[in-house]
Amino acid sequence: MTALTLPAQPGHEASPRPVPWRRMAWITWRQHRLAVAGVVAVLGAVSVYLYITGEQLRHQGFISYGAGPVLSITAVLFQAIPPLIGAFVGAPVLARELETGTFRFTWTQGFGRARWTVATLAPLALAVTIAAAAFGLVFSWSYGPQIIGNPVLSPLAATTFDLHEVTLAGWTLVAFAIGSVAGIAIRRVVPAMFATLVAWSGLAVLTGAFLRRHYQAPLVTSNFTLPDGAWIESQRWAQDGHPVSLSAVDQVLQKIGATVAAPGHLGQLPAAGSQSAAGSQSAPAPGPGSVNPAQYLLHHGITQLTTYQPASRLWPFQWIEGGWLLALSLLLMAAAVWLVLRRAA
Amino acid sequence: MNVIEAAGLGKRYGSTWALRECTLAIPDGHVAALVGPNGAGKTTLLNLAVGLATPTAGTVSVLGGTRPGSPAALDGIAFVAQDAPLHANLSVADTLHLTRNLNRRFDQGYARARLDELGIPLTRKAGKLSGGQQAQLALTLALGRRPRLLVLDEPMASLDPLARHDFMATAMTAMADDGVSVVLSSHVLTELERVADYLVLMSRGSVQVAGEVDDLLASHRVLTGPAAEAGRYAERLAVVHARRGGAQAHLLIRTNASTDPVPPGWEAHPVSLEELALAYLREPGAASLPGPVRAERTEVSP
Repeated sequence: MTALTLPAQPGHEASPRPVPWRRMAWITWRQHRLAVAGVVAVLGAVSVYLYITGEQLRHQGFISYGAGPVLSITAVLFQAIPPLIGAFVGAPVLARELETGTFRFTWTQGFGRARWTVATLAPLALAVTIAAAAFGLVFSWSYGPQIIGNPVLSPLAATTFDLHEVTLAGWTLVAFAIGSVAGIAIRRVVPAMFATLVAWSGLAVLTGAFLRRHYQAPLVTSNFTLPDGAWIESQRWAQDGHPVSLSAVDQVLQKIGATVAAPGHLGQLPAAGSQSAAGSQSAPAPGPGSVNPAQYLLHHGITQLTTYQPASRLWPFQWIEGGWLLALSLLLMAAAVWLVLRRAA
Repeated sequence: MNVIEAAGLGKRYGSTWALRECTLAIPDGHVAALVGPNGAGKTTLLNLAVGLATPTAGTVSVLGGTRPGSPAALDGIAFVAQDAPLHANLSVADTLHLTRNLNRRFDQGYARARLDELGIPLTRKAGKLSGGQQAQLALTLALGRRPRLLVLDEPMASLDPLARHDFMATAMTAMADDGVSVVLSSHVLTELERVADYLVLMSRGSVQVAGEVDDLLASHRVLTGPAAEAGRYAERLAVVHARRGGAQAHLLIRTNASTDPVPPGWEAHPVSLEELALAYLREPGAASLPGPVRAERTEVSP
């Protein structure tokens, strides 16, 4: 062994040319191909299912909105796609290097640790975002007919809103970014995965519950009948421009033998003789010749004001959400690079 | 040129100083041994030198004034961390390819030939290699980069005696043939005694002794004489460590051996590197540094 000698030393420069970025492509692929392949395989399999469902729906020739519950259950399952990608692809990227100690090897090579981090995170982020966007496209195509124009379910509702191509891509990217930050901050794979799931879920719930409704100023209407797919924010009673309590409304309604259970429920209250499906209302079935409660209230100057987002805002809302998720993801990944630079062995 | 140079260097983790007031200059062209007990700050110093950690206080530069972690420093320094961490799920061939891609230069031919000599199969996963093979693989990767400075942190810790010998032989060949400077740490001096020609002795987070091994050996002596007189000489001589055995006292002193006279009735013996290191490690207050020397401890130990 001692006979084996090193060749003459090449020139060393004070500021060497950096190692080209493209050299990292093979490394990132080699180290994360299983994760990427897993994402593509799972999303691909579900896409096939969605494609078959979509084809059947189209051959059926009519759309049954009664499929709502089925749609909701599968949609809730799909909500797990971004956090799982964040936990299984995003979190281990940096956490595993730190947990196994290989960062001492990787970060002391000529490539440099900041560039290594960028060259690892960027292609993976791009890959999972594209995969999610492709899946979102299939979802939009397959479930679109059931969502767009559905009188019961608003396309803006949290059930399906974040499963279209723009938002699913955005939520997947942000999950990946959260995972990468959690990985470098926590430095252990499994805790980082859990932290990713928790942080992503928190962000998603807060967005659905509080943030999304403020993307554009809502519309207000006093019509009892709302446009299809309206996303109702709030409903309240008013008399001559002043708010009225529910009991006051009930008092008025008692004269015709009707009640209202809660604000909003009158909007679906069966107008006399109508065939609406809102059978759970507390209003007694109006006999022939009875008064329409809605009209009766109008007659007494009581109106129902509904604040809502129209279904037509689906795509503007998609792009607004996709936009801020992209910005947040870039910020988080920049934070991950900064943490890598700051990380002391 | 100094391969590692530190001035007032300190590193704190939480509230503990792992390294404090470290001033040091390791010249190039040496195999420098960083020796000290566990927790002396050896790994911290090396991490600072290879850019894995940033100083809390003071400054450190490498390869003649380059900032650790800068592109030039990363390009010129190859580092093998303790336990030689490698990606366990990659095959040896993939690991070679990985290292080639991460560096401006990598001598694939050299690396493959060396692994072939060592009998390390290219198809095996790095995680399935024995501890000795992993260390040899990590060293091969480091040497294949043709660095100017090779930094090895506790390279021998996980190796059996034969593997240690092979490992050191490889490092020494690189040193002799290619002029690579080597800095390696260990908490066991004996295994470095044969190879190191520069010694840095550390304890409790600071540097106690630094210098060329030949100079250190020439400037220290053990004096043996009557125990009753030991106290008298101890006040006059730069005693590093004193040991009494019955009527005899053994004083390890810092002296200019060729000119300083030996007191009558006393005998002078040259010291071995191990004796010297142990003496200093037993007396954390004593120091032998090329710069201003701290106050010697002259008390005679019981």
